[in-house]
Amino acid sequence: MQHAPAVVADGLTKRYGARTVVDDVSFEIAEGEAFALLGPNGAGKSTTVEMLEGFRVPTSGTARVLGADPQRADRDWRSRIGVVLQPTGQAGALTVREMLTHLARVFPNARDVDETIEAVGLAEHASRRIGSRSGGQQRRVDVALGIIGRPEVLFLDEPTTGFDPQARRAFWQLIRDVAADGTTILLTTHYLEEAEQLAHRAGIIADGRLLALDEVDRIGGAESRTPVVRWTDASGRHEVRTREPASVVRSLPGEPTDLEVIRPSLEDVYLSLIGAVEAEEAAA
Amino acid sequence: MTATAPAPPRRGIRPGHVLRCAADRVRIELLQYFRRSDALVFTFLFPVLLFAIFASAFGALPPMIELEGQQVTQPQYYLPAMLAAGVFLSGVQNLGIEIAVERNDGTLQRLAATPLPVLSYFLGKLGQLLVTSLAQAGLLLAVAVGVFGIELPTEPERWLTLAWVFFAALICFAVLGVVIAQIPRTVNSASAVVIPLALLLQFISGIYLAFPALPEWLQTIANLFPLAWVGHGMRYALLPDIGRYMEVGEAWNLPMVALVLGIWAVVGTVVAAVTFRWIRRS
Repeated sequence: MQHAPAVVADGLTKRYGARTVVDDVSFEIAEGEAFALLGPNGAGKSTTVEMLEGFRVPTSGTARVLGADPQRADRDWRSRIGVVLQPTGQAGALTVREMLTHLARVFPNARDVDETIEAVGLAEHASRRIGSRSGGQQRRVDVALGIIGRPEVLFLDEPTTGFDPQARRAFWQLIRDVAADGTTILLTTHYLEEAEQLAHRAGIIADGRLLALDEVDRIGGAESRTPVVRWTDASGRHEVRTREPASVVRSLPGEPTDLEVIRPSLEDVYLSLIGAVEAEEAAA
Repeated sequence: MTATAPAPPRRGIRPGHVLRCAADRVRIELLQYFRRSDALVFTFLFPVLLFAIFASAFGALPPMIELEGQQVTQPQYYLPAMLAAGVFLSGVQNLGIEIAVERNDGTLQRLAATPLPVLSYFLGKLGQLLVTSLAQAGLLLAVAVGVFGIELPTEPERWLTLAWVFFAALICFAVLGVVIAQIPRTVNSASAVVIPLALLLQFISGIYLAFPALPEWLQTIANLFPLAWVGHGMRYALLPDIGRYMEVGEAWNLPMVALVLGIWAVVGTVVAAVTFRWIRRS
């Protein structure tokens, strides 16, 4: 029997008055898959994820996570979900270990507390009060709180915002480990590299609309990945899209200046998609 | 988490989850409470400090009333008032501020994402209130007797009354704390909204100013609220019987204490249950 997808967004739409924040977004995430929602700030990523977490009510469309409507979900459902919200800062007089020990008692299938603290790289900070730690360390506490319950589905909203590059790499390894345990992951990020590093598939979202949805190395369609050959000769700058860039280069007469062969990266694809939306908005 | 044995089969939530979580919440709440220096000074020690000041400043004044061989001194009068203030501050003021801060600093949203039952969260707050209020009342009585030589009643009936008024006040002020916590919209406004409301009610309810010193119309307003009745019940328990000549109608009115606290507790519970959400869903 085919497993049902772990996460389904079907025509999810969220309007506040006349403003449409999320506009007919649909995707599915298979069990055990890591999926990234990629887009600039204010694109509607968090709102989409919050509808799937049960924290926002969709104006229309359906959200299903582990087969249940997040709006009607019970405690058993909650115990199978891990949530890392957008960073808000951590208040608190509790130490890292006290906080995690408490939540480990709330979840029925919790991870080992010290193992989790170790995994997020906070072993030296375990006995320090959360409120006294740096922003990046508090963010790692957030991540620890998200995974302490050994979730089947983990939502990560902008998990590495404010991390230095080293902390970001350590975090990526942590998420790969969590994914290797079979956890389904939905990650929002505005870092392309993060999506490339962590996700099997990605959706690109801008202005509330899902612009592209595919495997990370195929996103934007084959056409957008076609190599581009550019050169300059006496008649000016030329650009040719071709699947056979070597032949094109060989056929060029003489020695053109500024000869380039470009294989568009995810970044180029992303920027062209986002650019199109911005141009459209400027025209409107 | 890497390369460990495969995860054991998943368990569902077991019966008794609400109470198990509640017990751990009490532990967590108490840990946080006693690490917050503002809670310790402005909630826990405040009534004791105020009592010490009142009792020292007014200790040499003549008794407020002297009759039938009994008397009520100023320090004696302030002891039940400060007991009432203690439960009130711990309940309405401290819980109100705490919950408002937790609502607005992301704590409640984090908890909403876990299988922690709302009821366990409240039982945790109630447990914190129970433990801290009892410790506070014990300390206050110890200071009153040990330092200021106040005599406590010996009749078991008075102590029984003190106990039920104390617990009724605790429940009532706990739910009112939950209700008042819905008002502030930001972390920073929590104290600014809650403290003036609490202070105003204490002033008109005979906590800082002796109740008989207030004009009748103010007494009437104060008697619509539970705090004045908690003070009344505690004065009955701790003052000699002639204390009743300083009360409204020159009589003790315990049924009214029970009625007013009961109504406020029930209404407060309903409003709290209807309005409280982990998060403001939008």
